[in-house]
Amino acid sequence: MNFEFTQEQVMLRDSVARFIQDDYSFDERQRIAQSDTAMSAEHWSTFAELGWLSIPFAEEHGGFGGSAVDVMLVMEQLGRGLVLEPYLATTLLFGGLLQNGGSAALQAEYIPQIIEGKCQGAFAYLERQSRYELADVLTSASAVDGGYRLDGEKVVVFNGANADHVIVSARTSGQQSEESGISLFLLSMNSPGVEKLGYRMMDGQLVANLVMKSVVVPAANRVGELDQGFALMQAVVMQATMAVAAEALGIMEQLNAKTLEYTRTRKQFGVTIGSFQALQHRMVDTFMACEQTRSLLYRAVCALTDGNEDPAATVHALKVMVDRAGKLVFGEAIQLHGGMGITDELDIGHYAKRLMMINTTFGNGDFHQARFNALRYNTYNE
Amino acid sequence: MDISFTPEDLAFRDEVRAFFAESYDAELQSRLASHEPQVFKQAVVEWQKRLHTKGWIAPDWPVEYGGTGWSATWQFIYETERGLAGVRNVVPFGLKMVGHVIYTFGTQAQKDRFLPAILASDEWWCQGYSEPGSGSDLASLKTRAVRDGDDYVVTGAKIWTTYAHLADWIFCLVRTSTEGKKQEGISFLLIDMKSPGVKVNPIASIDNYHSLNEVEFNDVRVPVANRIGEQDKGWTYAKALLAHERTAIAEVADSKRGLSHIRQLAAAEVNGGKSLMADPIFQSRVSDIEIELMALEFTELRVLAAVASGGTPGAESSLLKIKGTELQQAVQALAMEVAAYYQGVLPNALTAEQLGHSFGSKARQSFMYGRAATIYGGSNEVQKNIIAKAVLGL
Ligand SMILES: Cc1cc2nc3c(=O)[nH]c(=O)nc-3n(C[C@H](O)[C@H](O)[C@H](O)COP(=O)(O)OP(=O)(O)OC[C@H]3O[C@@H](n4cnc5c(N)ncnc54)[C@H](O)[C@@H]3O)c2cc1C
Repeated sequence: MNFEFTQEQVMLRDSVARFIQDDYSFDERQRIAQSDTAMSAEHWSTFAELGWLSIPFAEEHGGFGGSAVDVMLVMEQLGRGLVLEPYLATTLLFGGLLQNGGSAALQAEYIPQIIEGKCQGAFAYLERQSRYELADVLTSASAVDGGYRLDGEKVVVFNGANADHVIVSARTSGQQSEESGISLFLLSMNSPGVEKLGYRMMDGQLVANLVMKSVVVPAANRVGELDQGFALMQAVVMQATMAVAAEALGIMEQLNAKTLEYTRTRKQFGVTIGSFQALQHRMVDTFMACEQTRSLLYRAVCALTDGNEDPAATVHALKVMVDRAGKLVFGEAIQLHGGMGITDELDIGHYAKRLMMINTTFGNGDFHQARFNALRYNTYNE
Repeated sequence: MDISFTPEDLAFRDEVRAFFAESYDAELQSRLASHEPQVFKQAVVEWQKRLHTKGWIAPDWPVEYGGTGWSATWQFIYETERGLAGVRNVVPFGLKMVGHVIYTFGTQAQKDRFLPAILASDEWWCQGYSEPGSGSDLASLKTRAVRDGDDYVVTGAKIWTTYAHLADWIFCLVRTSTEGKKQEGISFLLIDMKSPGVKVNPIASIDNYHSLNEVEFNDVRVPVANRIGEQDKGWTYAKALLAHERTAIAEVADSKRGLSHIRQLAAAEVNGGKSLMADPIFQSRVSDIEIELMALEFTELRVLAAVASGGTPGAESSLLKIKGTELQQAVQALAMEVAAYYQGVLPNALTAEQLGHSFGSKARQSFMYGRAATIYGGSNEVQKNIIAKAVLGL
C-alpha cells in the first residue's frame, strides 16, 4: 500500500506546474480565450516538446506508455492553470479512441502527428436529442462503394472549430438508443459535405456543431469493429471522465486556496473575515469536500489501472462527487468573495464556469448517480 | 385560521391578471431582454409608465403620495400575480428605496421636487451605499462630505452601484463626522449624477452583462438642501430603508413561476423515449424546491398578517430573505441541469435553430447573476447574525 508517486511522475507533475507558473498566468489565459482560435499554437508546441502529448500512447508509436496516474497528474495541473488548450479533445478523446481501437494503419498515421503537436482532433458524439446518453445516436452511416456515407448532426463538439480531424459516432444498424449498431469513423474536417459552425462557451473554449450531408468516408477510416463502436467509446469516455475529474480537483484546490487567502486579508468590522467562525466552518467544509474528491479520484485511478474493483461504478461515484463537491466549492468561493466574486475581472468566476462545464461533460451528477444505483441496487428492483 | 380570499379579493386578482396579460406584451418583453443599455432602459421606462397610468406603480406607498392604499392582502395578490405572470419587478432604487425615505423623512420641497418624477419614471435613481472597504460593515464608510457654505463637498468612491450608468440621481451615505460611534457621523445625500466631479466606471460581471459600476466623487458640490433629515443622522434613515429592501427580495411567486417553467422544459427534454420530468431523481430535485416554496409562501402570508394587524415582523422577515434567495438560486441551478451542456453557450453565439437549443444562455445568465442575491441587501451570513442576535438572543 502506498500513495507515493514515482520520481518520474513527480517530475511530470512539476513540469506542468512550472509551465503554468511561468507561462500561463490568468492574464495570459484570458488573452488566449479572447483570441480567434481560443488556444495558443505556441503553447501547444511546448506541450509536444515537453512530451505531454505522448503520455497516453504506446511506445511503439513513439508514445510515453503512461498510465491513468500520469494522465491524472497532468490534468490536475491543467485544471489549476485553467488551461484552454485541447488536451482532452485531441490527446485523450481523439487519440484515446485511436490508441484503444484504431487499426494499425490509422494509428501509424495519426498518433505520431498528435504526439508532435501537428494534428488537432475531436470526438463528435453529442446530438441535439442525446443529452448524456452515448448510445443515443441518430447520425447514420450507410455502406456505399468502398466506404460509408454519413448523414446527420453533432453538437457541442469540443475543439470542433480547430480540429483537423474528427471521429464521429454513427449508426450502422439498430434503433436510436441501442448500444449495438454504433460505429466510429475518422474523417477530415475538410471532407466535402461537412459544415462546421463554431461558437464559444462560458469556459472560454471554442466548440462546433457539425452538419454532415452525404459525407463519404473510406472503409479504412472506421475506428474499431463495425456495429461495436459503443464499447470502445464507453471505455475511452470512462478514462476521460477520470481525467476531467482530475481537472476539476485542480480547480477546486485553486478556488479553496484563493478563497482562504481572501478571507485572511479582507477586513470588515475591524477584523479579517476569516476570523468569523461561521465562515471558518464553511471553509472547513470546502476543504473536506476537496479531500474527499481526491480520495475518490485516487480510488478510480486504482480501479482503472489494477482492476481490483469495478472501474465503472467507481468512476460513476467519482463524477457524482465532482458534481456535488464542485458546486459547493465554487458556490462558497463566490459567496465569500462578496461583490468581488461577481466580477468578471477576478479569476474566481472563470474557475467556476469551467467547473460547471465539467459537470455537464460526460454526464452530470444525477446521470451518474442513476448509473451507480443501477449497478449497485438493481437486484432490489427485481 | 382562515386564508380564503373574499369575492372582492378574487375580483381584484382577476383584474390584475387581465392587466398583465394585456399590457406586458411580447414586443415589450423582447426589448426588456435587450443587452443594449438604452433600449433596455427605454423599455423599462415604458413599462413603468404603463403601470403609472394604471395607478399601480407604487403599491406600497401611502395614497397621499401617489400610492394605491391597498391592504396587505391586495399587495400580496398583486406581487403573486406579477411573479406568476413573469412580469419584471420595477427598478427598485426610486420606487422601493429612496421614495420611501423622501416621503417619510424629506422636506416638503424635497417631496415636491422628487416624488412625481420617481412615480412617472422620468428620473432614474441608483443606490450609493457600498464602498470598496465597506460592504457588510457599511457603517465604516469613508466617502466624505465637508460643509462649505450652502454646499457639501463630497470626495470618495462608491462601488457595486447598480445602473449608475443609466441613473440621473444617486442617493448616498456619506461621512460628515468622525466623532463618536461610526453610525453617528453619517448623512444621507441626494446627488445629481450630472454634477461636475462625478465619474462612473463600469464593472464587468460574471453574467456577461453590465449592471455594476464604481462611482467616483472628486470634490462634488451638493446643495445642503439635498440632505435628507438631519446631518449625522443618515444611518437611521438608511436602516428604515433596508427593512423595505429585505422583504422585497424574497420573490416567492417568481420562484414558483421559475419552477413551473422548469417542469415544462424538463418535460420536453425527451431522451431514450423518456422525458426528464419522468426521471425519479429529477422529480425529487423539483419537489425538494417545491416543498420549501409551499412553506415559504405561508411564511410570507404570516408576515403579512402580522403587519396587517399592526405588529412588526420578527423572525419571519429575516427568514424570508435567506430562504427566498436560497430558493431563487436553487431554481436557477435546476434550470442549468435541464439545459445540460447548452448552459455554456454565450449570448448570440448562434441562432437557436443552428444551435438546436434555446434557453441555455439565458439560464446561465440568471444563474450567474443570481449568485449575487445572497450577497446584496445584507448578505445571508449577516442576516443569520441578525437572527442569532435579535431573535434567538445569542
Ligand atoms: C450584483 C450586486 C449588486 C449590488 N448593487 C448595489 C447597489 O446598487 N448599491 C450599493 O450600495 N451596493 C450594491 N451592492 C453591494 C452589496 O450590498 C455588497 O456586496 C454587500 O453588502 C457585501 O459587501 P462586500 O461585497 O464588501 O462583501 P464583504 O462584506 O467583504 O463580505 C465578504 C464575505 O464575508 C461575509 N461576512 C462579512 N461579515 C460577516 C460576519 N460578521 N459574519 C459572517 N460572515 C460575514 C459576507 O457574508 C461575505 O460572504 C451590490 C452587490 C452585488 C453583488
